[in-house]
Amino acid sequence: MEILTIIILAVFVNNIVLAQFLGICPFIGVSKKIDTAVGMGGAVLFVMTLATLVTYMIRYYVLQPYGLEFLQTISFILVIAALVQMVEIILKKLSPTLFQALGIFLPLITTNCAVLGVAILTINGNYSLVGGVVYAIANAIGFGLALIIFAGIREHLDLMEVPKGMRGVPISFIVAGILALAFMGFSGIV
Amino acid sequence: MSIKETLSKGFIKENPVFILLLGLCPTLGVTTSAINGLGMGLATAFVLIMSNLVVSIIKNQIPNKVRIPSFIVIIASFVTIVDLVMNAYVPALHEQLGLFIPLIVVNCVVLGRAEAFASKNTVFNSIIDGLGMGIGFTFALTLLGAVREILGSGAFFGLSVPIYPIDEGGSPVTMLVFVLAPGAFIGLGYLISIMNRISKS
Amino acid sequence: MASKKESTFLTMTMTLFIVTVVAAFSLGSIYNLTKDKIKEAKERKVTDAIRKVLPEFDRLEKSTFVEEGELVQSIYKRDPVADTIILYKAFNEEEFIGTAVKSYTNMGYSGKFWIMLGIDATGKIYNTAVVEHFETPGLGDKMDESKSKFPLQFKGKDPRDFIIRVEKDGGDVDAITAATISSRAFCDAVNRAFEALSIEGGKEL
Repeated sequence: MEILTIIILAVFVNNIVLAQFLGICPFIGVSKKIDTAVGMGGAVLFVMTLATLVTYMIRYYVLQPYGLEFLQTISFILVIAALVQMVEIILKKLSPTLFQALGIFLPLITTNCAVLGVAILTINGNYSLVGGVVYAIANAIGFGLALIIFAGIREHLDLMEVPKGMRGVPISFIVAGILALAFMGFSGIV
Repeated sequence: MSIKETLSKGFIKENPVFILLLGLCPTLGVTTSAINGLGMGLATAFVLIMSNLVVSIIKNQIPNKVRIPSFIVIIASFVTIVDLVMNAYVPALHEQLGLFIPLIVVNCVVLGRAEAFASKNTVFNSIIDGLGMGIGFTFALTLLGAVREILGSGAFFGLSVPIYPIDEGGSPVTMLVFVLAPGAFIGLGYLISIMNRISKS
Repeated sequence: MASKKESTFLTMTMTLFIVTVVAAFSLGSIYNLTKDKIKEAKERKVTDAIRKVLPEFDRLEKSTFVEEGELVQSIYKRDPVADTIILYKAFNEEEFIGTAVKSYTNMGYSGKFWIMLGIDATGKIYNTAVVEHFETPGLGDKMDESKSKFPLQFKGKDPRDFIIRVEKDGGDVDAITAATISSRAFCDAVNRAFEALSIEGGKEL
């Protein structure tokens, strides 16, 4: 049951984009088409899970034994940046089809604050290794869900008659606000 | 470009938030009040100026291929310094900003300016550029924070703005949605629209 | 960009090495400079809350109280989650002033939150403070004195003749408008504090 609570909280109640404001740049940037949104969601799922796993080990098996917790930010960001590069190289060699699907999104992910954010939140939330991985996957699903719903709305938005001053980015933010309002309806269910 | 131009461009014309749409996560995440927006803006501005300074000093000693990792280390160091100092001297604000302080490291404005400006320009110009962008970022966050605070909690920098009716419990009846998550998106949407209009005229 | 260094294996490794060493060294020294201040600030947060909920005192005695069966071990959490209640007995020289109780509730709108409850020597509530909460801003956060009059109604009340439950549940507490859940949770935390105090007090006497 506890696993279900973690997942529902991360995906719906505290949605990483709409309630915690992490990963806004890709949320606004790559949400024009549903296809790209799905690709980005997949890439984030992959990297976020891997990054949380690795940063967890660094935090508890390298930094903590030596009392170096204050180096958390610097080591996490370096590990994530290196990890993304490595994933890119390995994917290119091993699975060109997967690379084609996710490849163009990978460089964008290093500066996606959702990845670093979830790595830090896993530590702050006192999760174990299993809990942390579940939490990371759930957050990535939450990210993908928000992104895909938003892309679906934006595809329709292109056909609408929007007041001139609000066209483009401003109306997207208003729509995101309404979406966030809808997600607030989930609060209090767990 | 003259100093005055470099300093003022970040304000409206090249505002990192309203026009360039960079650093949106902290912009939305911490601006529940004007003081939070100001604190976050100043913290980011400090990192921006210091990393611009260091990058422009050592730009010729860094081989091209390890440019980005070196910049990230420099930025992350200054972020950690800000994090530690704020935790020690302004613990209440540090707690409010929380996760978004370490996340300055992935703020596209900071790495973007180091890469696009400081790695190609003189030390003096890089500081001015960092200052200009930092002021622009702080301005944007404080403005959004002030708008949300006035509409959502009926206050401005913590001082109450007596324009709302009072309920029987003694607190003003405000548009609560603006301090909640949806209000961040909606408020920023309108501000971007207004700023676009101003920068075009 | 005249004298940019060549990207050879040696220069790249050396550069990264030097940059990280300088970074680590400077961070280490800043950490040493600030760590005492950080610890102090953390402690001050608790003592400030205690000072708010009790009359003047000059000495504190701290004791921790763990509810039976509340130590939850889970494979999803790193450290077992202990729901501890902390009691601070305050003295002015040798005179007993009262007890500050750091209590919690799980019934908040966003789950858990912590309050500090000050109970004077006669068993009446002196004052309350919210230590940490995640309740909705503008609604649930009116539990705090600076935001509404809700917490004022607890001042000077004795739980023996003031039922700490919201009016909807048959008690005497006037709930915050549109935030019954937070108000109910606040009462839960207050009652938990009194319960812990009565058990702990009984043990000592």
